[in-house]
Amino acid sequence: MSTVKLTVNGKAVAVDVEDRTLLVQLLRDHLNLTGTHVGCDTSQCGACVVHMDGRAVKSCTMLAGQADGASITTIEGIAKGDELHPMQAAFRDNHGLQCGYCTPGMIMSAIDIVQRHGGQLDEATVRQELEGNICRCTGYHNIVKAVLDAAGRMKVAQAAE
Amino acid sequence: MGVEGIGARVVRKEDKRFITGKGRYVDDIKLTGMSHAYFVRSPHAHAKVKGIDSSAALKMPGVVAVLTGKQLVDDKVGNLICGWAITSKDGSPMKMGAWPAMAPETVRFVGQAVAVVIAESKNLARDAAEAVVVDYEELPAVADMHAAIKAGAPQLHPEAPGNQVYDWVIGDEGATDAAFAKAANVVKLDVTNNRLAPNAMEPRAAIADYDAAEEHFTLYTTSQNPHVARLVLSAFYNIAPEHKLRVIAPDVGGGFGSKIFIYPEEMVALWASKKVGRPVKWTGDRTEAFLTDAHGRDHVTHAEMAFDANNKITGLKVKTYANFGAYMSLFSSSVPTYLYATLLSGQYNIPAIHAEVIGVYTNTTPVDAYRGAGRPEASYLIERLMETAARQLKVDPAQLRRTNFITQFPHQTPVIMAYDTGDFNASLDAAMKAIDYAGFPARKAKAKADGKLRGLGVSCYIEACGIAPSKAVGSLGAGVGLWESAEVRVNPVGTIEILTGSHSHGQGHETTFCQLVADRLGIPISQVSIVHGDTDKVQFGMGTYGSRSAAVGLTAILKAMEKMESKAKKIAAHALEASEADIVIENGEFKVTGTDKAIALPMVALAAYTAHNLPDGMEPGLKESAFYDPTNFTFPAGAYICELEVDPGTGKTSFVNFVAADDFGRLINPMIVEGQVHGGLVQGIGQALLEHAIYDANGQPVTASFMDYAMPRADDVPSFNLSHTTTLCPGNPLGIKGCGEAGAIGASAAVINAITDAIGKNNLEMPATPDRVWRTIHAA
Repeated sequence: MSTVKLTVNGKAVAVDVEDRTLLVQLLRDHLNLTGTHVGCDTSQCGACVVHMDGRAVKSCTMLAGQADGASITTIEGIAKGDELHPMQAAFRDNHGLQCGYCTPGMIMSAIDIVQRHGGQLDEATVRQELEGNICRCTGYHNIVKAVLDAAGRMKVAQAAE
Repeated sequence: MGVEGIGARVVRKEDKRFITGKGRYVDDIKLTGMSHAYFVRSPHAHAKVKGIDSSAALKMPGVVAVLTGKQLVDDKVGNLICGWAITSKDGSPMKMGAWPAMAPETVRFVGQAVAVVIAESKNLARDAAEAVVVDYEELPAVADMHAAIKAGAPQLHPEAPGNQVYDWVIGDEGATDAAFAKAANVVKLDVTNNRLAPNAMEPRAAIADYDAAEEHFTLYTTSQNPHVARLVLSAFYNIAPEHKLRVIAPDVGGGFGSKIFIYPEEMVALWASKKVGRPVKWTGDRTEAFLTDAHGRDHVTHAEMAFDANNKITGLKVKTYANFGAYMSLFSSSVPTYLYATLLSGQYNIPAIHAEVIGVYTNTTPVDAYRGAGRPEASYLIERLMETAARQLKVDPAQLRRTNFITQFPHQTPVIMAYDTGDFNASLDAAMKAIDYAGFPARKAKAKADGKLRGLGVSCYIEACGIAPSKAVGSLGAGVGLWESAEVRVNPVGTIEILTGSHSHGQGHETTFCQLVADRLGIPISQVSIVHGDTDKVQFGMGTYGSRSAAVGLTAILKAMEKMESKAKKIAAHALEASEADIVIENGEFKVTGTDKAIALPMVALAAYTAHNLPDGMEPGLKESAFYDPTNFTFPAGAYICELEVDPGTGKTSFVNFVAADDFGRLINPMIVEGQVHGGLVQGIGQALLEHAIYDANGQPVTASFMDYAMPRADDVPSFNLSHTTTLCPGNPLGIKGCGEAGAIGASAAVINAITDAIGKNNLEMPATPDRVWRTIHAA
């Protein structure tokens, strides 16, 4: 057992876990943040994507201990109260989700994609960047639309700040 | 239609919880005192279980119990069943091999459970499962269908000599032979419809909770049809009587057919919960999904089509071998028979059809319905045949289809189905216009100059949806009725709850079903909620599959609404001292037509519940229910055209354009309909280009993770160009046909027709991987 200290969605937490505990298990089983999902166990599907110190990571493929001292943001932590993150709003407005299972990971990956590319996103880039996130419902068409839409919204939001 | 009524692109009510991480899937639920299950699974495709030694596992920390198949038999838990009886051509019933939820004696596919460990955590259960020692005696195994039916092949079930499930026929063999005898041309084709793994993103899961004091079970499970699950668990598996078993299917992360069936794991979780006296949770991992979720497709077919001198089809002969895997899954028997061979007429006038389907056991994961279920196999076969015929007869493929389109409705095919309506020329026109069919030769020539092989492929599909009249499916062997139910509860303050037997696992019912209510009453959808997925809340229902929720489930809601509105109008007329016939419903008010007299819905509802002043003899309350059983299947149809380029140097396919023109009848929410088409198209494209569940000759699965099985990813597929043509379905009052499966049914033929057009060679199996395409291009 080890104590892992980290910040999750802005809140400092210390959790005693078995050394083999994965970050996703810490989030789901110990902190009840069940918005982060497990879809494949092999780092392929991206349902488990969260942000660690601002970068997208697959939480099923790292130990909780590797996140010691880090700042983690999950799907539960991106809206400001009732105000959705522009990426969340874009997924809803563009029908970028159906069953919702891959959605949290998609949104967290997509935010990372937009942040890395700034305004330089086009459809081909979004499709290539979403390589690590699998959706079985939407056929990606509306997810791609949502990410491009959100990229515009995030640029506007950033300009306003 | 109103801003939230029928036909409006309303954003989904359910989305907020999913985009904020507040969805509630089975694995998100924790119960007090919950233990965790991990299954011990066979590493062999075929073996005797000589003994199971649990002693070391039982000594490990946190282990509560190790339970085996023998205990399951001792407790008289029933075997899994197949619920659709099929009769062979010799009159004998299908041969169903016994399938216990955990194998007491013999395992017949890799991944079949033999024991389960219950422990304090999933990790501890998994550790202990590794310490359970199973003494297997390996038996020869067979994974290939043709090998399985050869003399001397390893035999799976004593009940099924020669590994044959059934040898079933449909159609008029004499008439078909006569058509071929007179044919001007005969086109022949051999096709394999590759085995697929459904891969809903949420793996299956179950939490079972036994209450000893009440002798009552609760099961949270990933189901598309919780009432059917309860019925089967109760009536066939002896888990508990129905009133002592509550099945809850909360948010479910995709189904595509794979979550229709009742699997061993749910049964074992329920039984184990009683055994250990604690709630038991099981959550599958992705490899378990590959090993145990029912697979789809897996046909090998030889077909011949006869044409007269005018290129009119005169006959069709089909012989199909259908792989069932090691056991007959719940609806497996119907998929390659009544859901496949009855659609072999496609969109065409074919006077004579004869089809034979031979079901085969192999040492592989059981096969059952996967998105489209039989109809993709039929459509792929017919549309590959049409393209092959066009090439052989040297006619334009679109024109050959037009020459043979059914244009008069209703149309009785030679294979049971009676198409009610359609306009196949209209959807083909729309697709050809969208892709600029006429301009293709110039584009092909330009691509050639750039060193690329460009191809165009047409696919005109038809499907039978709704999975419908109970009497009809009963006469064909179905063990259940296929109606749907609804209840409309108007609360005393005028808000509305709709209870439906349909189940949403991505389809957006919480929005579209509200749109019907908004449309009829003129109230905002925020005043309406949809209740589904819980046998304790919702009256009996049949669930969601076969594109049936709108055509059947929503019509049941309409019927209940009509009853409710009729009563509400009587109350309103009484309150307004008007004639019931003069009452109209507008903007949430009951109005006396032609006057300014009106009473708002909440006041009508309140009057119904206070019952102070109701018409004489009227019961209090405002709640009505309905069961709706359609009169026929529905027949969505459409035309898909794919334009793509093949790089002759690598065999890699790149999409240029993909257009889809569908006729789904009336659309409730076009945004949601388009989403269904997009998803279906990518599953069809996935089958055509990427996906294949592969076994080696000894029955070892080669593709049991996302590392090995190629799921379509965002950069494998294009954006789509969709349009709709409309003929309203005459079979239900809303005119709905259903849209859930179309994409998966029509897309694969369009892709393969396009690639074979591009490379100029007709024989190409799915998935058309770059390697396979390259070899085909360069084959002698």
